[in-house]
Amino acid sequence: MLSLTVEQRSWMHGWPVSAKLVILCLFTLVLWPLNDWRLLLATNLPVVVLYLSAGRSFAKAGAQRLKPLLYLIAIIFAYQLVTGRVEEGLAICFKLVATVSLANLVTMTSRLDDMMAVIETLAKPFRFLGLPPRALGFAMGLVIRFTPLFLQRGSQLNQAWRARSPKRTSPRLLVPLALSAIDDADRVAEALRARGGLQQEKTTKSQSESAPEMRTE
Amino acid sequence: MERQVAFIALFAALVAALGLMPQFMLPFGVPVSAQSLGVMMAGVVLGSRRGALSMILFIVLVLAGLPLLAGGRGGLGVLAGPTVGFFLGWPFAAFATGLIVEKWGKGNLLIAGTFASIVGGIFVLYLLGVLGMSIRLNKSFMEATSMVLVFIPGDVIKAFVAGFVLQGIAKARPSALLSRS
Repeated sequence: MLSLTVEQRSWMHGWPVSAKLVILCLFTLVLWPLNDWRLLLATNLPVVVLYLSAGRSFAKAGAQRLKPLLYLIAIIFAYQLVTGRVEEGLAICFKLVATVSLANLVTMTSRLDDMMAVIETLAKPFRFLGLPPRALGFAMGLVIRFTPLFLQRGSQLNQAWRARSPKRTSPRLLVPLALSAIDDADRVAEALRARGGLQQEKTTKSQSESAPEMRTE
Repeated sequence: MERQVAFIALFAALVAALGLMPQFMLPFGVPVSAQSLGVMMAGVVLGSRRGALSMILFIVLVLAGLPLLAGGRGGLGVLAGPTVGFFLGWPFAAFATGLIVEKWGKGNLLIAGTFASIVGGIFVLYLLGVLGMSIRLNKSFMEATSMVLVFIPGDVIKAFVAGFVLQGIAKARPSALLSRS
C-alpha cells in the first residue's frame, strides 16, 4: 500500500514530525479569524514558496493533490457569485487553499512510520482506559495489510458475477465480501491468541503482525 | 479481546477497500462511493462501541497519511477541508447505527438495519457534516444543507443495502454479529 509521502527527499523531510504538526496548528489558528481576502491571498505566498523550495516536481505533485479541492472551490465560488458575495467567497477559497495545502505539505514530507510514532505517543494516555499499548499499532498494521486484500477480493467477486450473469453487478455482492472479512477476523484472532495474545508484555513486533495464511479461492 | 481488535481493524479495512473501488459519477462530477455504506455496515455488524472504534482507527490512518478516502485522498489536509464534519462524523454515525441495531428487539433485521443506517448514516452524519461545512464555508446551516441534498437519495439506497447485508450475515454467521450478541 502506498502512502501519500513523497519519496524524493526535500529539506523539510528531515524536520521532526511533531514540530511540523505544531507549525501547522499555529498557522491554521492564525488564519481562522481572518476575513480579508487580500490578506488571505498573501498567506498563500509562504506556502507556495515552501512547495517550490522542495523542487519543481515536488511542487507539481503538490498541485496535483489540490485538484479535488479545486473542484469543490469552484462550486463554492460560483455559489457566492450567484448570491452576490464575491469578496467573502474569495476569502473562504483562499483560506481553504492555504490551510489545506500546508496540511498536505506536512503529509507529503513525513514518513508514515514517523507519523505512526506520533500517534502512538498521543494514544499513550488511553492505556488507563483499557487500551493495551500494542493494540493500536497492531490494528493499524492489520488495516494496511487487509485493505488491498479486500480490494482484490471485491474485484474477484465482481468478475465471478459478470462471468455468470448478464445483469449489472449488484450490491448483493457485499454480503459475501463482508462475510469474508468476518471469517478473516476470526482467523486473525485465533492466530493472535495462539501466539500469546495482545495483553502479553513482550513479543517481537514482526511476529505478531504476520497475518495468517489466507485462502484464495 | 483479540477477536474485538481483529473485527475492529478488519472493518476499518473493509471501509477503506470500499472507498478505493471504482466510484460512479453523478452528472455534475459528484463522486458517489460505497465508502459511507461501509460506515453503515460497520455500525450494523459491530454495534455501537466497536463500530465507533473501528471508524476512529480509520480516521487515524487517514490522518497519518494513507490515501484511504474515496478517490485516494488522505492526509492532514482533510481536516482543513470543507468536508471535515462528514469525515469526523463517521464514528458518531457508526455509533448511532450500531446502538439502534443493538436495541432493536426481535423482528425483521432488514428493516432494523435500514432504519438504523438511515438514522445513523444519514441523519447523524449529515447533521455533523453540514455543521462542519457551515463553519468552514461561513454559511448558514440551511445554505450548507442545500449544498449536500443531492447526495441523500444515494445514501438512502446505501442504507437499504446495509440492511440487506445485516440480514445476510445474520443468516450465514449469526455468531459474528457483535451488535446482536
